[in-house]
Amino acid sequence: MTSINRRTLLAAGVGAGLLTACGSNTGRGDGGGSGPRLSQWYHQYGETGAEQAVERYAGAYKKAHISVQWRPGNYDQQTAAALLTGSGPDVFEVNGPTLDQIQAGQVVDLTELLDGVKDDFNPAVLTPKTYDGKIWAIPQVIDTQLLYYRKSLLKDAGVEPPATLDALVDAARKLTDSKTKGLFLGNDGGAGVLGGTPLYAAGLQLVTDDGKVGFDDPAAARTLGKLHQLYADKSLLLGAPADWSDPSAFLQGLTAMQWSGLWALPQVRKELGDDFGVLPFPRDGAHGRPSVPVGAYGAAVSARGGHRQAAKEYVKWLWVERTDYQEDFALSYGFHIPARISLAKRAAKLRSGAAADAVRFTTEYGYAQPLLWTPAAQTAYQDALSRIIKSGAGPESELRAVVRKVSDELDRVKKKP
Amino acid sequence: MSRRNAFWFWVFVGPFALGLALFTYVPLLWSVALSFFDAHNTVTPTHFVGLHNYTAMLRDDAFLDSLRTFLVFTAFIVPATYVFSLSLALMVNRLRRARAFFRSVFFLPAACSYVVAALVWKMSLFNGVRFGLANTVLGWFGGDPVAWLSTTDPPWYWLVIVTVRLWLQAGFYMILFLAGLQRIDPVLYEAAAVDGARPGWTVLRHITLPQLRATSVAVVLLLVINAFQAFDEFYNLLSDARGYPPYARPPLVYLYYTALGQGQNLGLGSAGAVILALVIAVVTVGQARWLRLGRTDTDG
Repeated sequence: MTSINRRTLLAAGVGAGLLTACGSNTGRGDGGGSGPRLSQWYHQYGETGAEQAVERYAGAYKKAHISVQWRPGNYDQQTAAALLTGSGPDVFEVNGPTLDQIQAGQVVDLTELLDGVKDDFNPAVLTPKTYDGKIWAIPQVIDTQLLYYRKSLLKDAGVEPPATLDALVDAARKLTDSKTKGLFLGNDGGAGVLGGTPLYAAGLQLVTDDGKVGFDDPAAARTLGKLHQLYADKSLLLGAPADWSDPSAFLQGLTAMQWSGLWALPQVRKELGDDFGVLPFPRDGAHGRPSVPVGAYGAAVSARGGHRQAAKEYVKWLWVERTDYQEDFALSYGFHIPARISLAKRAAKLRSGAAADAVRFTTEYGYAQPLLWTPAAQTAYQDALSRIIKSGAGPESELRAVVRKVSDELDRVKKKP
Repeated sequence: MSRRNAFWFWVFVGPFALGLALFTYVPLLWSVALSFFDAHNTVTPTHFVGLHNYTAMLRDDAFLDSLRTFLVFTAFIVPATYVFSLSLALMVNRLRRARAFFRSVFFLPAACSYVVAALVWKMSLFNGVRFGLANTVLGWFGGDPVAWLSTTDPPWYWLVIVTVRLWLQAGFYMILFLAGLQRIDPVLYEAAAVDGARPGWTVLRHITLPQLRATSVAVVLLLVINAFQAFDEFYNLLSDARGYPPYARPPLVYLYYTALGQGQNLGLGSAGAVILALVIAVVTVGQARWLRLGRTDTDG
């Protein structure tokens, strides 16, 4: 019998380690299926339990191994860069896809997945994922932004919930004192988060249905000028430790009103009980109407993935067939409106109080950023908005430059096949 | 070089040379090539557009603004850091006791990440609410809270950006100056004293600064290059999930959004990178000539 010396033992150990390493799977949430190995990316949701939930969904899929990646940081930039390579995800959440991504052939046409159920998806979020008659991502949940206001503070100041932009400017001024500011629109004064919302409140659009600039109108300058008034009045909270997406400033009493997301609603309700309400962004001008921005992360399939058909089947299973998972994902962890109209209607949590108001506002006044609104157009507009709000730049001249830039962008994307 | 030496030369140098070529020079050349193509959402373009990306970038107000921002930042941070780190070095050098302790204390921030420091500055020291540290101090003197990073008139955000960078890098340059100061022959100071030069400004101007000339040239060059590369603190102090304000946006941040952000316009971003590289080269060469880099005093 040959004795085992230390060298043999070491070699065996190394060999076993290598074999283990080769066979191991360091991904999380692996599906239990026997089919191909698919990588699925999510951006990092802040809600407790959401990560475990998506891993559970992936684990329940039997036709493929699903490796879930929960990615913190600049998720949109990460996916945009990953789509250039073959090592990116097979299935991924996308806050889009952008028109450039579609035109560059980076994502797969998913139209067939919605055969027979297309009408059950909320058109406000399905339309921006549709280009050239084809659907490029399946909306998962609807996220929206609203104006939260503290009822008691408004009552003490003798202020009614503002229904017009002028009333909002006035209310913010009246609600501002040495400890509390009237309104929080983000630490940049609203340039980042508001985007096109004030334009829609003035009865305008970012891009018209026939693909033209939708705010080449004097009403746009008038409305955006009022945002500077909020800044000039010193009614805006600026420099809060947490930005607009977090309700902390509102809950800590740093501001009487805050623009934030629907996702903040459970936390606000937990802390303030009934002492708050939600509003759409108030209308401005004779042709204005309240506006509520809506967006949706969608599930997309990378065109560079090695198992595109398997990835499509998985997306169909998770985001079309498994309505129980869709409802669980929307409402059990964070607080989102399900993208399926039938699910949104039957969700008990959305039927009363501020949540019901939010759903109603979203349905009546919701608008989504059009697909033709490119990142370059967004940068130009956002820069101009920042200069108007903070520096008091002339809205007319700023908007003239933006209109030129957006027109160029629209011409560019329309030229592409 | 003998064959044996050549073998070992390539064993040691080869992997690094290969890495340098693969991860620096090839992408660099690829980027220059991309700058002449329409490369939206692709790194393998086919549509040649000539100089279109260059002209588009040079007509882009946001990019030109970012270049101006970076020039202002460089013009301010380089002399500020130079004076501050030299002052620290002179102070530490004069200490008779605990010199090593103070040298370590001033150097320690250099070990801190720019990201961490920027977040501490943003969320704790210079947040805009009344309980931020800076605003608490202001409150003691009856001042109103200031939104340091959100106020453009006056542009308080520069105070935040400049102080965080000064805190992070002054210690490192202090060490360079200390090394330079310790190389100055004490005989020079003794001779100056015999000639009646009083300690202080006269000695600093006529003995210390001329003797530190080589160190100063190196320090200024490093400072300028570092200022060109400013990204981390700008990005972490001023960006949010929705983007970045147009003021105080350095070119690297703008190119990041153009090429690597959702814009994914890699052709345009590459053209911007080439333009930026040319600007850096021109400024660096101009500065080297101004500082008479590489010349001895007898070169005239």
